[in-house]
Order: sequence, then C-alpha cells, then structure tokens
Amino acid sequence: MSRRHTLMGHTLMAAASSLVLLAGAAGAETVAITNARIETMGPAGEIPSGTILIRDGRIQAVGASVSIPADARRVDAKGHIVTPGLVASDTSLGAGEVEGEASSNDFAGATAEMSASFDVSLGINPASMLVPVARVGGVTRALVTPELSGRGEKKGEKLFAGQAAVVDMSGGTDSITKRRAVLVVDVGIEAMEHLGGSHGGVLQLLESSLEEAASYAANKGGYEHGTHRPYRQSKEDLEALLPVIQGKMPLLVGVHRVADIRRTLELGKRLKLKLILDGVEEGWMMAPEIAASGVPVVVDPLANLPRDFESLNARLENAAILQAAGATVVIKGPYVGHYARQVRYNAGNAVAHGMPWPAALAAITATPAKVFGFSDRAGSIEPGRDADLVVWSGDPLEILSVAEHVFVRGTEAPLTSRAQDLAHRYQTPDAALPPAYRN
Amino acid sequence: MKRHHRVVPLVAALALLGACASSAHQDSPAASPADKGKDKPVYAGLDPADDKNPFPSTYHPLPSVATALVGATIFTGTGARIDGGTVVLVDGKIAAVGKDIAVPAGAKVVDAHGKYVTPGIIDAHSHLGVYATPSVWANSDGNEMTDPNTAQVWAEHSVWPQDPGFIRALEGGITTLEILPGSANLFGGRAVILKNVPGRTVQDKKFPGAPYGLKMACGENPKRVYGSKGRTPATRMGNVFGYRKAWIDAQEYRRKWDDYRRKLADYKAGKGDKAPDAPKRDLQMDTLAGVLDGSILVQNHCYRADEMAQMIDISHEFGFHIAMFHHGSEAYKIADILKKEDICVATWGEWWGFKMEAYDGIEENAALLQKAGVCTVIHSDDDILTQHLVQEATIALAAGRRMGIQIDEAEAIKWVTANPAKSIGVLDKTGTLEPGKMGDVVLWSADPFSVYATADQVFIDGALVYDRHDPAAQPKSDFELGQTGPAHPGPQGVGPGRPVLTTSTEQPQ
Repeated sequence: MSRRHTLMGHTLMAAASSLVLLAGAAGAETVAITNARIETMGPAGEIPSGTILIRDGRIQAVGASVSIPADARRVDAKGHIVTPGLVASDTSLGAGEVEGEASSNDFAGATAEMSASFDVSLGINPASMLVPVARVGGVTRALVTPELSGRGEKKGEKLFAGQAAVVDMSGGTDSITKRRAVLVVDVGIEAMEHLGGSHGGVLQLLESSLEEAASYAANKGGYEHGTHRPYRQSKEDLEALLPVIQGKMPLLVGVHRVADIRRTLELGKRLKLKLILDGVEEGWMMAPEIAASGVPVVVDPLANLPRDFESLNARLENAAILQAAGATVVIKGPYVGHYARQVRYNAGNAVAHGMPWPAALAAITATPAKVFGFSDRAGSIEPGRDADLVVWSGDPLEILSVAEHVFVRGTEAPLTSRAQDLAHRYQTPDAALPPAYRN
Repeated sequence: MKRHHRVVPLVAALALLGACASSAHQDSPAASPADKGKDKPVYAGLDPADDKNPFPSTYHPLPSVATALVGATIFTGTGARIDGGTVVLVDGKIAAVGKDIAVPAGAKVVDAHGKYVTPGIIDAHSHLGVYATPSVWANSDGNEMTDPNTAQVWAEHSVWPQDPGFIRALEGGITTLEILPGSANLFGGRAVILKNVPGRTVQDKKFPGAPYGLKMACGENPKRVYGSKGRTPATRMGNVFGYRKAWIDAQEYRRKWDDYRRKLADYKAGKGDKAPDAPKRDLQMDTLAGVLDGSILVQNHCYRADEMAQMIDISHEFGFHIAMFHHGSEAYKIADILKKEDICVATWGEWWGFKMEAYDGIEENAALLQKAGVCTVIHSDDDILTQHLVQEATIALAAGRRMGIQIDEAEAIKWVTANPAKSIGVLDKTGTLEPGKMGDVVLWSADPFSVYATADQVFIDGALVYDRHDPAAQPKSDFELGQTGPAHPGPQGVGPGRPVLTTSTEQPQ
C-alpha cells in the first residue's frame, strides 16, 4: 500500500518549460490586474470590482479606482476572483522530491544531536520539481517544516525537529522569505516513536529542555569556562532555544488529544512561550479554552479518523468549531510537498462542514502569514506587500476552479510544470517518432 | 464444521468438542462415494472443486421501504444526466429512473429538488478492515510479508468489521468496496468485495455473488521487501521470474487435477481397475488456478508503463486476463495498449512522486485515459481519500479540462461508479442507476463535483443505511461507543459567506 511521504533524485531530467525561474523583484514588470473581484484578506475586505497595481514586485495600489500607469501591462481578470497567493503550512515543499528515496530528502537534521538548531532552510531546493506544481495550484508561499527522522538517522536522541522556514514559490535562490520562523516539536506519538517513553515523558522532556536553555542563558559565562554543570543539549541547540524561551520565536507543537493540549497550554503559560498548536484533532472538544488562550491552531480539516489513541475524537467539523469559538485557525494540507495544492480543497471541505467561507480562505492566506510572522510580506492584498496573487476561474475553494494567472513577488509565473509537460508529450500516442522527441 | 483455532476459554472449548462430535460426519468421507471414486474417497475440503465459496456471504439487505427520490439532478452512471428526475427504489432494487416517473402508491417520497443523485460510490482499492484505524500494530493485517507469493491468503480473513473507517466511508457515499491485501508481495492474496453495511462478521458484509480478485504487485514494493531480506525478488527481473514461476506451477496444478478427473471418469466408466489418487489440494494454487480458469480477476498494483506492458505479455504467455492495473501512474503513456487489451486502470487525481515509480504521475492521467477510451477508475488506497472519492475524480476532471479535454460530469461519475463495478466484476448488479439493479444510491446535498457537497442519504439495496440529518440512521462501530467526547452538535450544513458567482465562466465547467 502506498502512503504519501517523499523526496527527489538529482539526476532527473527536467523539461525546459518547467524550469523557468521567476525573475527577482528588481526585474519585475509593472502590471495592472483590472476588472477583478478582489478578496484582499486585509482591512479593505472584498472589493467587488477593482484593480491591483503591481510595481517592483510589490503591490503598489489596490482599490475600486486605481490609476494605471501607461507602461503597465494590463491583465483583465474578467470579473473573476483574485486572492492572495495561497500558503501551504507545515509542508516538506522544497525540502524533498521523492519521499521513498532518502537521498532526495532534506527535511531532517544531519545528526542525531542536531535538534533545535537544525535550520531546514539551508537544504531547501528552490529548483525542486514540486515548486511549479504547487504554483500551478495557486500556492505562492510555504511554511516548510523539518521532520524528526532523516536519512539513516538513529532514533532516540532528539526532541525538536528543528526550525521551519517561510519560502516563496518563485523558484529563485532568493526564495527564502524567513529563516527560523518557528521551532518545531511534537509531544505526541510521533515523538514517542522517536524517543520512546510516553506522552507524559515527552512533555516532561520538553519542559526540562526549555528550562535547561534558561539555565544556560543565565550561566553562559560558567558554560564557556567549564565551571557550570554540563547540559544534555548541545550549545547550538541551547542557543536555538533562547528566542523560544524569550517568547520571540513561536513554538509549533504537534499535539492531538485533549489532555495533552491542556498540558501544553499550561506549559506555554508557565514558561511564557509563544505557542502554535499543530494537529489538534480533539481541539473541538475544548474550543472555548483554546480560543481563550489566544494560541493559534493549525488543523487538517480532513482528519476525522481515530488514527491512534491520541486522536480518537477527530471529526470533520473541527476547524469550524474552533473558528466559531474564536480561535485563530490555520488550515493545512498533507505534509508531503507534492500535495501542497490540496490546501484549498481542504479549506473547501472545512466550509462544507460549517466553516464560514471568508474564514476558510483566510486560513490559507492571511492567517498563516500572521501566525508564522510574515504578514508584512504576504498573505493579503495590501499596498507594500509582495505581489503574490492568483486570478481564479471561479470560487478558489472549488476543485473545478483553476488558477488563470499566478504572480509570485510581482512576476507572473508560467502555468506549467513537469507534470503538464508529460501530459502534453503523451497526448498524441500515435505519432511517428517516440515521445522522447516531443516537447 | 470449520476448525476453530483461536484460543477459547475452557468451558467454551468443551462445548465446541461436543459440537464437533455431533457434526463429525462432515469430516468423514463424502456422503456419495460414487461421486468421488469408490476406493479412494476424497475427504471433505480436499477437492478444490467441492466448495469454491467456503466462507459464504451472510449479507442480507437492511429493512427498506419503497422510496422515491423526486426532483433531483441525476447522474445515472451510464453517461446520462437527467435534470428534475426521479429515482424509485422498490424491494431493494432500482425500479425506475427518469424524468416523468410515477411515484408508486405508498412509497416514501424524498424531496430531492436542488439535490443530486448518483449510483452508490464504489472504491475498487481499499484497505479498510485490513488496515483498520486506530492504526496500531494489532490492526495491521494487510500484508503477509513472509513470502513473495502469498496467493493463498484471503483479505477477508483480516477484515475487522468494526473498523470505524467503514462508517466514515459510508458517510462519504461509499456503498461497495474491494478490500485488497497489501502490495509487498508479487501475489498478495485474494481480494474480497464488500457491501458497505455494518455487520457483525465479514461474511455479513460480503457482496453476494461477487467474484474474487487476486492482488498482484509490480515494481518497487516486492523487490524492496524481499531484496532487503536477501531473498528473491531483489530486482524487477526477479519480480518477473517470480510471476512466471508461479504461473507455471499453477498450470501444472491444473493439469494434475484435470488428469485426475479424466482418470476418475475413465475408472467410473469401467476403464482400468484402479481408482486414481487425487492430487493434494494447495490453497495458493487454487487461487492462481482460479485466475487461469477465469473465475478470479487479476487486480494488479503497477505504476510504470513499461512494467504494465510486461505484465500484459505474461498474461498472454499463460492465458489469463488482467482486469485492472491499480495506481497506474504512467498508464497515460500506454493508453492505446490498455484500450486494446481491455484493461481498466484505477488511479488517483493528484497522488504522485511519493516514490520513483510514481514520479511521473500526473493529474491528467484519468482524462487522457478516458480520451483514449480506456475503462478509467478513480480509487483511493486510503481511508481518508475514500471518503472524498468524487472530489478525487474532480481533481482529475479539472486537470483534463485545463488541458482541453472536455469530459462532462455525467461521464466522469463513471470513474467511481460503473467503471469500478466493471473492473471488480459486479457491473451486472450495481454501479449504475438502471432498473433491476441493486438499490445502491447516494443523495447529495449539491453537485457531487462541488467541494461543498455532502452525501445526505446513502441507500444500499434500497435501505437507508445513512442519513446525515437523522441520528437514528447514523451507525457507529463498536469501537466508537463510549469514546465520543462531550456531546457537541457541531455546525449543520455548509458554512456561510460563499461568493455568489455571477459570470458564466466562473461556474464550474
């Protein structure tokens, strides 16, 4: 049976048309998207018919009446909906090509000791074949999260998977929007499979790891001179935890059942952490409590099976109930980057099960931008933001709708990918020459 | 009686002994020795021809009343779309489908105006029950990874009928499933067709009269699993050797039994003075021989186009037919060959790239196959995806339209209804809305190709087995009892604030 987990080989041939790198912001043209129904996801709300002016890679103006410079290329949206580019949250996109091939996977640290300090952004490959596929699906940014286990790695050593990065889908080497965006940890079965022990043991280890970092921070001199007791974590890992214990860097905690969510919220309060909860399948059972904590949640709206004994009460209405209670909800798709485009279908399914449409669209645009700390760059259509925009053929949450235009940082992306090159190559099987001579 | 091998308490064990004693005659030589050879009786269970169905279906349709779904948009599964149509279910069967259908007197009328009706959705590739949730070790019963050929194992013997996934799938409109063993082995074992009704036993769910399938697997999985154990197959060429060797053995097995039956007939006709010895029954060979005599359908996990072509050659060499390639990520590369060979292809809308053999998987696969005239199926292989199987078909439909292949919904619905029914051998019984077929029907809240649609009512053999708005018609597995948290009604229906689309080009095409 097949499961969705993967990365890609370095010898693969790529069709030229899917390797187009989008020009950086400096070379971007001036574009006016006119006749657009604009879901700004910002303070301007919905603009029923308006124009977005893009210049130097950024949104210069947006509104019902925007003056268009003579040199601007005009893109007629034909009254269709324009949204911010979608955000794939908690994904391996760019850090893995073929999941079954370990050599193509870049989402885990190099050694068993490299834990909180592992920076996933260093291994991200903007030229990944997955990037154009995501882009065609309207995804323009991703929170790329590290995983605990990598290639040939020993288990049983580390707690933190490492630090996630925000990446854009331009395909360029300058596509890292933000390194060290959040620190990733799991306090459930995923961690237990790596560390052994129990839910309680993992939570205890999390607290002691953070307290160790606090001790280190208070005794750096003693540590450097060897006069302080040794720490369990490496210096690099302790350093990486400092912004977390200072409440500056969010801690993205994979947590699933009610009791563990409660313990995690308590821990966050006690240590004054900036938490984000990930998974949260049983969150609906304590939605008011989560909302009152102000801690955002990242949920997969399709997760409705008792996958294991920490998600027995998973249900399709989780996102809707949490949102209705006032929680800040981010919607994610599958972890594996191949399916980043699924994020909008997941938002659609959340609506099918009660979530208001505007909140579901926010949960894949503006909300993740705020929660993961890049709302100054993307996630909404506002002057000054990067011009990550998608013109949709219909309702963006409907599967039958397709992206008609995709802009990443002001540059229009060709709506092609290696997958579509393959489709076109084999569209006419009866040609005289083998398919290898086509495209 | 069947032997009970499971550990039973002492008292129960003693009771079983008594039961065995009373039915001991069944273990004695067959009652009509004349049928079996006078001098050399074949004991019960030793002749594969005696009972091809030793675990017979005990499925009975749930109670039903005559029902008319009135005013719906109907996708019949035969390629037709009927607006403002009516579907009538009587005595568990589809009685009538059409635009101006009289509602029989006394029938329960369901107002389906603004809603959609399709045949029950069929998932031709499911591991529900054999990889049940919770996904703990104890519930992992899908892969007998002890030998590359385990044609002798039957998926139904691993199915846990209480898997909550069955009910989640029902809530998504799934009425029929093919449950397959996993793909670790060249020959994984027998697949079983189930009606998606709650049952105490797997026999309660078995689709009456459905043929068995044989799960075969190409490519990476067998060579990885056995190569890593230092055994054959460790390569793709080892895979092909393994298939061919098994088919040679199966042909030999058939020859032995044919030989025996011929000699027995001669003996009964008075030729020769010695009754022939019956060959030893072999469960592995029984299944393979079932493929060779056409009674068991080959369901072949195979991703790459070149490997599919090799499997086709093997089928020619030994004289059998492959019913369907499953996953078939590269099927679009050989659509013409698959059409010519009349082999169905089951694939996904968007899965790709999780391993090398899926690296060329494309969203356009199903549309390209459909265009080439191949029997095209969208399957799940997944306990979440199966709940949203029409959405998966929608992904494939949208991708096809994006590249200019115009397929309408009435045709695309066949990917999850008529075509899987054909590929698993039950199209004469279900898969379309045609009079006389099983009353397997889904009433959708909206166009099922919309992400906002939910299955509001699901009928199996005319019985309402699930109703989204009636708690009395919402089954729960034993496992779920007592485990639901604080009662929370949750939201009802679709969330507010959806955009009203005004231009025709915005409407889903």
